[in-house]
Amino acid sequence: MAHITSPALSRRLLLTSATAFVLVGTAVARARTLAGGLPWEPGTATPPTPVRPGPWMFFTSDEAALIEAAVDRLIPADERGPGGKDAGCAVFIDRQLAGPYGRAAGLYMKPPFMPGAATQGYQMPDAPAARYRAGLKALVEYVKATFSGKSFSELVPADQDKVLAGLETGSITLKDVKGAEFLVLLLQNTQEGFFADPIYGGNRDMSGWKLVGFPGARYDYRDWVDRHNEVYPLPPVSIMGRAEWTVKE
Amino acid sequence: MARKLPPKDVVIIGLGWTGSILGYELAKAGLDVVAIERGPWRDTATDFPPAYAQDELRYAVRLDLFLRPDQETLTFRNNMSQTALPIRNFVSFLPGNGVGGAGVHWNGQTWRFLPTDFRVRSHLEERYGKEALPSDMTIQDWPLAYDEIEPYYDRFEKLCGTSGKAGNIRGVKQPGGNPFEGWRSSEYPTPPLKQGLGATLFAEAARKTGHLPFPQPASNCSEAYTNPLGLKLGQCTYCGFCERFGCGNYSKASPQTCVLPALLRFPNFSAQTESEVTKINLDSTGKRATGVTYVDASGEEWEQPANIVLVCAYALFNVRLMLLSGIGKPYNGETGQGVVGRNYAYQTTSSVGVILKDKILNPFIATGAHGMIVDDFNGDNFDHAGLGFVGGGYMGMGQTNGRPITTRPVPSGTPKWGAQWKKATAETYNRAMGLSTHASSYSYKDCFLDLDPSYKDRLGRPLMRMTFDFHENELKMSAFLTERLAEIAKALDPVEMTPSPRKGPYTLNLYQTTHNTGGTVMGADPANSVLNRYCQSWDVHNVFVPGGASVFPQNHGYNPTDTVGALAYWTADAIKDRYLRNPGPLG
Repeated sequence: MAHITSPALSRRLLLTSATAFVLVGTAVARARTLAGGLPWEPGTATPPTPVRPGPWMFFTSDEAALIEAAVDRLIPADERGPGGKDAGCAVFIDRQLAGPYGRAAGLYMKPPFMPGAATQGYQMPDAPAARYRAGLKALVEYVKATFSGKSFSELVPADQDKVLAGLETGSITLKDVKGAEFLVLLLQNTQEGFFADPIYGGNRDMSGWKLVGFPGARYDYRDWVDRHNEVYPLPPVSIMGRAEWTVKE
Repeated sequence: MARKLPPKDVVIIGLGWTGSILGYELAKAGLDVVAIERGPWRDTATDFPPAYAQDELRYAVRLDLFLRPDQETLTFRNNMSQTALPIRNFVSFLPGNGVGGAGVHWNGQTWRFLPTDFRVRSHLEERYGKEALPSDMTIQDWPLAYDEIEPYYDRFEKLCGTSGKAGNIRGVKQPGGNPFEGWRSSEYPTPPLKQGLGATLFAEAARKTGHLPFPQPASNCSEAYTNPLGLKLGQCTYCGFCERFGCGNYSKASPQTCVLPALLRFPNFSAQTESEVTKINLDSTGKRATGVTYVDASGEEWEQPANIVLVCAYALFNVRLMLLSGIGKPYNGETGQGVVGRNYAYQTTSSVGVILKDKILNPFIATGAHGMIVDDFNGDNFDHAGLGFVGGGYMGMGQTNGRPITTRPVPSGTPKWGAQWKKATAETYNRAMGLSTHASSYSYKDCFLDLDPSYKDRLGRPLMRMTFDFHENELKMSAFLTERLAEIAKALDPVEMTPSPRKGPYTLNLYQTTHNTGGTVMGADPANSVLNRYCQSWDVHNVFVPGGASVFPQNHGYNPTDTVGALAYWTADAIKDRYLRNPGPLG
């Protein structure tokens, strides 16, 4: 008989905690001893937690307005489908920043922090959430000073593009923040949201996947692997399934 | 103070491929075995079932199954004049974590090294003269020959149910297989996987340009298979979630699919998870290990006495544990003296991006290791006279996925965002593919591992420091291989072709491979190796490092796992058949 000599720790809790080792030291959890066969007990799987609609969890409403406007320029709406805003990219980023990703959970964050060669990787002490807070603050100030008191979301799209391009090329200097690095981070997270499973709040209606023709979380293409040069016929599916599969009450 | 546990015959540090193979072999031989694993227990049904395994963000981007740097990381510098800084976030290579180790998240590419690879220095010096090798290149012959390891390759491939087509069975060439490979005692356990359009087009182009393409050997089962341990694997579904993912379908060979269910049935085996070995303990003579000390998840320290200690962690962390335990003389990069940490090597990869006209490639229909490969330019399969470098690699079309967060090719010159980016992304996705080369990384005097003087882990122990850069030999080789691959790619009549040979310096910012090798090298001479030909410590005879890639004297042009698995079986036999009868240094 399989047996486990100590209570199973929620692995999810462990993985999402920035201070996993301290956390498990509070006697909630013990190491496991496995013997006598594969362990099996119900309820030990670790499915992802779906993002729920609702108020912003990380952004202030002003920050959210800026981010929504920005993601809609990074991925504009066109005849192929929705842009970053309607695809939920801002919601995705908000929930990511409010979670373990935002606080750099699991990364090595011990000092000393020293600037290194480019080949040595990111060496700053700020986690993504802090980088957003600082980057957005500096960007708000820049836009206000440059466009006679307006906010980014009030600018016409052409001016919004100019600001984003200026950050990208380094022609715009933000106070205390490296604009180009902030743009890279924002673009990376926007595209993550656009193409990640909709369970995380972006890629709404699988619009990112429809754009490129990615069928999503399907798990069996044995019938199509040697049907060369033929468009895959089935629509994309999320980990949560498809809207059509939901039973209407 | 550590609390002392009842003694065991064998303690295994790390329950990945080598740990589970050694555990099975030694438990079957009747020994009392415990495996101590610092990560969590992982199994298919609970950790990567098909209900949610296909989650690119969680597994491929946020790296859910991998080692967290706050548990352990390394520091890195390109050369000895730099100050090493900690790897705060793994990008260039991704060490595994938890039961199954890197065997959970690999692609399944299952290659043997060439017969000449096992005597690489002798072979190259005989053919090209001693002066053909750079003076700081520290490659050396393996302490065993291909003919000796062949039965063990065969055994590991049968454990995995590897799919492929033999090119050489007992010296007789086989049409359709790799014409350059060493002899095999038998055909692959399962036939080759089916190929998509991209690989099929590549193979046509390769034939047209005078090469002999063959299907990549893949431990993604092409059909249902029962391995010699009685464990059943399912047919691969080409789901395109292989590398960085666990397989929900029991198709990819892993300790979970191929060993653990049988291993855990032995009453004389147990596994202790979420417990990190901090040290191998030595007796007062320093010549014999008494067991290990580990810290469990609650922070409590335990001493596990054992007669035999098997170091089965990931390659890099085998080296660190040997350094932290004071087993073997640490290597000094300035003087070239010492052995532990010596001959760290990597892999030299490059790519040729191709965009085709009017093709529907369906890149998401993929496995980790299908694809068509050309091996004409690997090892010494071609004449290196006048080329100015030694070594080589395979090349081909083995695209593993079309997951769109990370796989989203666009024509060169496309803006990184905005309307044009969106249009190009939509129009290119289904007609672009990546061809790649995968080549050797020879070892050098100034590429090594030692303990960092400043940075510490969560337990206050020094991190290991990596000093590594690509050398001119490897960069020239990569340029040559990438040109050959581009010649084949040209025959595809691409709309656009982007060759990207490997350029220096080596950077942490780009994923290349998780093929970190060397540091506890096996060899015939204790002056230039940590382990003898049975992966046994020269200094402490009851400590073995049974086949992790840290034992490779240099890295060759193939993925390491087949050799790792073969050496695990090789070491298991040495322990069972020789060491147990007469514990002591194996001659």
